[in-house]
Amino acid sequence: MVITRKVEFSASHVCRNPALPDEENRKLYGAAANPHGHGHNYVLEVSLEGVPDPLTGMILDLKELKEILNREVVEPYDHRFLNYEVPPFDRVVPTAENIACDIWRRLEPRLAARGHRLHSIRLYETPDLYVDYAGEQPCSR
Amino acid sequence: MFSVTRRYHFAASHRLCSPHLGDEENRRVYGKCANPYGHGHNYVLEVTARGPLDPATGRAADPRRLDALVDRHVLAAFDYRNLNLDLACFADTVPTSENLAVEICRRLKRHWASEFPGEWPTLEIVRIAETPRNIFEIRADEIDQIKRESA
Repeated sequence: MVITRKVEFSASHVCRNPALPDEENRKLYGAAANPHGHGHNYVLEVSLEGVPDPLTGMILDLKELKEILNREVVEPYDHRFLNYEVPPFDRVVPTAENIACDIWRRLEPRLAARGHRLHSIRLYETPDLYVDYAGEQPCSR
Repeated sequence: MFSVTRRYHFAASHRLCSPHLGDEENRRVYGKCANPYGHGHNYVLEVTARGPLDPATGRAADPRRLDALVDRHVLAAFDYRNLNLDLACFADTVPTSENLAVEICRRLKRHWASEFPGEWPTLEIVRIAETPRNIFEIRADEIDQIKRESA
């Protein structure tokens, strides 16, 4: 059974690879490369896979999941400029894909330590653009 | 591997009526959807591309390329049209949302390499919502199977 919890955070970012000239960044990322950045209301859906505990009827305590999501994702990300305030985005371009990858890295070990299996995450950058990631390798081409 | 999904909107009219069935039978099979003058929907189309990250860009699929492909090969042809009368592909095929999903998937697959010439990303899923409560989904790798079945 898969259970999904949703959280939101608002953050600004700029999609710009510092190793490339401005013109090339503009070509790759369009308006998302504008130097002073821009922001989104991100919506994150986190899905866990498990079997309901016969005693409680629950896969896990949702309050516990909420606390983990708040501590590991919302607190570090919310109302921040990702490129300047949230590593690794000082080095890694904060595309939705890379943000999803970073969120996976933050959450998976914390959940595994409590015996929970992270199934997949879905990150909405806007209501019309989202990324699904289930931790599959390879992450890169 | 990532799945990147982009959502698009188009408005179109259609009438569900099979030339192989009589009026009464069409009415029985399709209900109100068979009304002679047709009716319309605000369709919501989701297109999912799948692939690994390109380390140079940090992206698995460039949404602007996807937009260009969908604008050119789907929205330009379908938005503000009567599917039965304006689209040759529905002259002999009932424009149910299942058939619409197949047609959109075929168009995107046919032209995919013009925007995505490399190995990745690939077209994974086409999902179409006729209304917020009626949603139809097809995997791109199922399309060839449909071709074979109908051939």
